[in-house]
Amino acid sequence: MTRRKLLDRLLKVTSAASMGVVVAALAAILWTIISKGAKSLNWSLITQVPKGDFYTGGGGGIANAILGSIYLGIGATLLALAIGLPTVLYLRTYADRSRFASVVRGLLDVLWGVPSIVFGAFGFTLMIYLGMRASLLAGIITVAMFELPIMIRAMDLVMRMVPHELDEVSYGLGATRCETAIKVIARQAIPGIVTGALLAFGRGIGDAASVLFTAGFTDRIPESLTQPAATLPLAIFFQMGTPFKEVQDRAYGAALVLVMIVLVTSVASRVLSARLGRYVV
Amino acid sequence: MLATTLFSGMLVVVIAVALYARSRPLIASKSLSAIIFGANWKPSAGEFGLGPFIIGTAWVTAVAAIIAVPLCIFASIYLAEYAAPRTRSILKPLIDLLAGIPSVVYGAWAALVIVPLIADHLGPYAQAHLKRIPLLNAEYVTGYSVLAGGIVLAVMICPVIISVAEEVLRAVPQDYRDASYAVGATRLETITKVVIRRALRGLMAAVVLGISRALGETMAVLMVVGNVAALPKSVFDPAYPLPALIANNYGEMMSIPLYDSALLCAALVLLVIVLFFNVAARLVLVRGASR
Repeated sequence: MTRRKLLDRLLKVTSAASMGVVVAALAAILWTIISKGAKSLNWSLITQVPKGDFYTGGGGGIANAILGSIYLGIGATLLALAIGLPTVLYLRTYADRSRFASVVRGLLDVLWGVPSIVFGAFGFTLMIYLGMRASLLAGIITVAMFELPIMIRAMDLVMRMVPHELDEVSYGLGATRCETAIKVIARQAIPGIVTGALLAFGRGIGDAASVLFTAGFTDRIPESLTQPAATLPLAIFFQMGTPFKEVQDRAYGAALVLVMIVLVTSVASRVLSARLGRYVV
Repeated sequence: MLATTLFSGMLVVVIAVALYARSRPLIASKSLSAIIFGANWKPSAGEFGLGPFIIGTAWVTAVAAIIAVPLCIFASIYLAEYAAPRTRSILKPLIDLLAGIPSVVYGAWAALVIVPLIADHLGPYAQAHLKRIPLLNAEYVTGYSVLAGGIVLAVMICPVIISVAEEVLRAVPQDYRDASYAVGATRLETITKVVIRRALRGLMAAVVLGISRALGETMAVLMVVGNVAALPKSVFDPAYPLPALIANNYGEMMSIPLYDSALLCAALVLLVIVLFFNVAARLVLVRGASR
């Protein structure tokens, strides 16, 4: 074999091996969490709230954190959707291809890059400014801000692919811009809206840095928006931080629950967007 | 609709202004350079030097970039140039999955796997064989180190770099490759001399985006990096990055004057650094697209 051919082969092997390393890292992470988590995962861990000595090795479970995270994730996603959906519809129908739209998109790209700890610090500042205490509501507001750029980016991408002929047909029938946006464009983009919302939910529920100062942490299941709420990422973090081995082991059970929620969300978004996509022009 | 659009667009500006307003008291009482380059962090004595934390962030991010960049560039070459469509359709969701794993889960994995690996194998090896090499010489190995933070960050930024880099490579028109093959170039020659040359700006942007993600990552790094506010001398020493500083101290700051101002100033510094990299990546991409 000539030197050229040998080098050619070498690049193929190196690049395939690099891909292999990345996939192996993913497999290693999933394997660690599943094998270690499965050992400490049991019915009482996911159905009970922590007993008083939970963080020193006592009994109980993390039901407070599971429910807290789900409430927080759903609340934040709905709030982000309430702000994000009108925004993408506006960008698509009213401000389409304008300078204003490209400025807003640029700012949203910048917002997308803001680290979650900065959202957390800002959320805390806002909370103090408004005289609120660490609560489910404060957590929801902070996580919603964190989710907003992720959701908007995903939805905007799909909205832009809706053909412009549809707008023209709708205007030709005498519809206003608002009617076109809601009844035509939004309906066409439903798969994208669902994917965007579920993607944002998955990111929001897994983020710890944004809820660290805003949602608080408690052993009780929150009953109202003004009560503090425990969250799964923080439950994992705090259990990992204890010096007790059995508590640390349970952190992997909690991590497995969190990974499963994220996985189910991601699979659901693929299935749903394929289903809903059948009726799109 | 206009109202929500304005809100979404202005949010990042509001965040920056709010953080600046809250860090004013500190900036007013000390000079900005004393805060950024100050080497001492003693809140009870009124000293708030962010130097060690900024350098800690730089160390961890640099280690992550050194590990992740070559790996991701090769992996994206594989995805874009070699992988069959079916293989690609299996691998891409896996990369997305890697991007979706929560940061604490990465941290929990690294604490269980990477930290002991360094403490039991890499560290002792370095102590025995790498004594003379600066940055790699280990004095006192606990495993909780710049290296552990760098490795976990490297894994975390892989999906960001790979997905952007693959898109950039695939955007190079097939005609260029065909023309290159037609004059007798091998695949390697086509990729290095035609495809990569054409996609260079985009690849740079992918790397910078990955780095800006690494700079702000909090929980996973916090769990394995040791959190000691001293300047690391080697990758086996602990460090204390900016996000970890904010996360660790926020709860207990109320009683000390200027403490909250200092932490929000740290958040502002972090925001400025991250945004600088982010905007740089976008400019490179936009410039590249317009040529």
